[in-house]
Amino acid sequence: MRHKTRYILSSLLVLLALLLSACAPAAAPAAPAPAAEATAEEAPVEATAEAAAEAAAEATEAAAAEGDVVEIEYWQYSFDARIEAMNQLIAQFEAENPTIKVIHNSDVPYDDFINKIAASVPAGVGPDVVSLFYGWQPAWIDAGYLTPLSEEVFPPDTVRSTFSPMVEASFFDGKLYTLPTAVRTLALMYNKDLMAAAGLDPENPPRTLDELKDQAVKCTVKNGDEFEVYGLIVNPEGQAHHWFREVLLRQFGQQPYSDDNTQVLWNASEGGYEAWETFLSFERELGTGVAGTFENDQDGFLAGDVCFHIDGSFRLGNIASNAPDLNFGVVELPEHNGIKSTFGSYWTHGITSKAAADPARLAAAEKFLQFITTPAAGTLWVGITGELPAQLEAASDPALLSDPKLGAFAAGLAYAQSTFFVDESKDRQAILDAYDAVVLTDADPRAELDIAVGTVQDLLDEFWSSRQ
Amino acid sequence: MKLTLRRRQIFWAYLFLSVSLVFFVAIRWYPTLLAFNISFRDWNVFEGAGDWVGAANYADIWEDFQKPRSSIRSAFWNTGRYVLLGVPLQLVLALSVALLLDRVRLWAGFFRAAYFVPFVTSAVAVAFVWNWLYAPQVGLLNQMLKLLGLPMQTFLRDPDLALPAITVVAVWRSVGFAIIIFLAGLQQIPDIYYEAAQIDGANSWQRFWRITLPLLNPVIVYLAVLQTIDFLRMFDLVLNMTNGGPLNSTTTVVLEVYNEGFSSYNMGYAAALTVILFGVILLITVLQLRVLSRRVEY
Repeated sequence: MRHKTRYILSSLLVLLALLLSACAPAAAPAAPAPAAEATAEEAPVEATAEAAAEAAAEATEAAAAEGDVVEIEYWQYSFDARIEAMNQLIAQFEAENPTIKVIHNSDVPYDDFINKIAASVPAGVGPDVVSLFYGWQPAWIDAGYLTPLSEEVFPPDTVRSTFSPMVEASFFDGKLYTLPTAVRTLALMYNKDLMAAAGLDPENPPRTLDELKDQAVKCTVKNGDEFEVYGLIVNPEGQAHHWFREVLLRQFGQQPYSDDNTQVLWNASEGGYEAWETFLSFERELGTGVAGTFENDQDGFLAGDVCFHIDGSFRLGNIASNAPDLNFGVVELPEHNGIKSTFGSYWTHGITSKAAADPARLAAAEKFLQFITTPAAGTLWVGITGELPAQLEAASDPALLSDPKLGAFAAGLAYAQSTFFVDESKDRQAILDAYDAVVLTDADPRAELDIAVGTVQDLLDEFWSSRQ
Repeated sequence: MKLTLRRRQIFWAYLFLSVSLVFFVAIRWYPTLLAFNISFRDWNVFEGAGDWVGAANYADIWEDFQKPRSSIRSAFWNTGRYVLLGVPLQLVLALSVALLLDRVRLWAGFFRAAYFVPFVTSAVAVAFVWNWLYAPQVGLLNQMLKLLGLPMQTFLRDPDLALPAITVVAVWRSVGFAIIIFLAGLQQIPDIYYEAAQIDGANSWQRFWRITLPLLNPVIVYLAVLQTIDFLRMFDLVLNMTNGGPLNSTTTVVLEVYNEGFSSYNMGYAAALTVILFGVILLITVLQLRVLSRRVEY
């Protein structure tokens, strides 16, 4: 009877095999992209859009009765302030365009967002218009998720002259792929109380790099080896790596990457090395702070232990909710050699290959994208999210520029630069490693900068060679 | 065809077993095998299953291994250092505490629970608390050093201290588990042996070396294998305490897998790394079982 046991066993195995083959090699595992500060933002939410939404609902119903409503989907990751702002924009848009209905999907959490896009867009479902971080564009374009924007609807010259120059990063191989409603820049935050305590004038924060060095040193208070007040902490793990790349390098006469983004130029001139030495000098020579003292870059400033702090507009909401009593001001990043610069980044909107497959949807998606990238949309957006309008017209609004906190960030829009990243976290890691090697092991700064350049150059080479 | 009672019992046993077997095959083994497949492909999250590229991912790893300031090279060395530092520390500490706890009668349950609590605490919470303890200048440990008149340390920002500092936390976190296993092992040893030894005039040191330790051998082997695998897979504490820095001095193979796969989207490369790690774990485990295992009979 032994063969019977075998019979039972083998039938079980066949069953198993059947079960297994049923779950055929399914598509991609996937992942979140830690875009540095993206999850750390917070912003106050104000108004609601009930009235507008009602009006829109009525309009859509009327159109539905006529029978040719085009439905398009808009996706963004779940973030309260942006959801609220987009709900209001959609309500306005639908009221103006009764034949278009926009389904707003904002249920996907940040960590899952790329996953869901990777699973849905290639399958021809999911968003027609999608929100994405500008740094994701190269990968998304390569994967064929995004379709280039029509030059008739979005003339490149008009885009270049009306949007903040950082939006140049949305051009890829000469074609425009996405447009943002709002953008963010870096500026210098200063603690007025600490400045006053150090005998500095809180109404005269540093305007130049030399003033920043001078005031940061004066503001630093040490008790023996122990810091009581940090003048300025340069922390490459936080936002400081952007300051080196897009601000210091340019101020010392060295552009960070070649125009076609194929070469890393940080060490291409003596100016590049000078910028690097300046970046290192705050911890090494001036002794205004030690990188990594605080768990997060901004913690020391929020706790009132740090005098000057370089950070983005997205931090304002965070400060408002966690350190509401902090007496601070914001000023544009200090200039040097007469050059002003700041780093800009943005969440942007693109039209997917799904929309491109159907002319009616494509036309609706284009109309919607036009609507949510107008100066008026940017103004609505800034009121709710604290992000800056991407259109220069809205960004130069006197009311915005004179805002004591947002004004300095908005002023930076005219000269903000965004970096072409193929892998932001590895690019940052290269700078962080070089910084640590010099500061922690006393390695040669020039040699370390060369190593970092080599590392990032390898990333670029790999990226460009894989595109041929 | 009639089955005997015994055959029917066997049939049903296999039927019930097959449920969990299906689970294991579908949820554990199949993805594991898939990882081998992915490791030979140019597999990127955005493009899904890519071309078969043979050993290219392995060649890339080897190339990265030789680069200046290679995080991959550091990851392999560091992982070895975690094991060599962590496992002996863990075993010695756990056995010492277990021997003491074995004698405690008053509040025995409380003490055992106290040592076990860190083991059931989330690694992320543990990491954050220890980050504060280790914080430069303001951290509790530095304040204590200051009180004692000793020089302050930067701990997690010091390339030489960061790895031992994290190892200490890892040991602290899982030593409770090892203690419980040792306690169970200690209670398995019959009292007769000790009584006989005492009558023969063995002192407590001799009783420990000649009876306790040899009879605990299976437990020690079990724990050594388990802890070695644990330290080889070191990840969550490192991610949350230093993210591999400073200067890659704390990064581990699994952290590199995570960063490559889930931050740079190179699934093929990440899968190749996991396959290498799998090989290393397999090799070390087999070696350990060979070397450490020996039967002790009295």
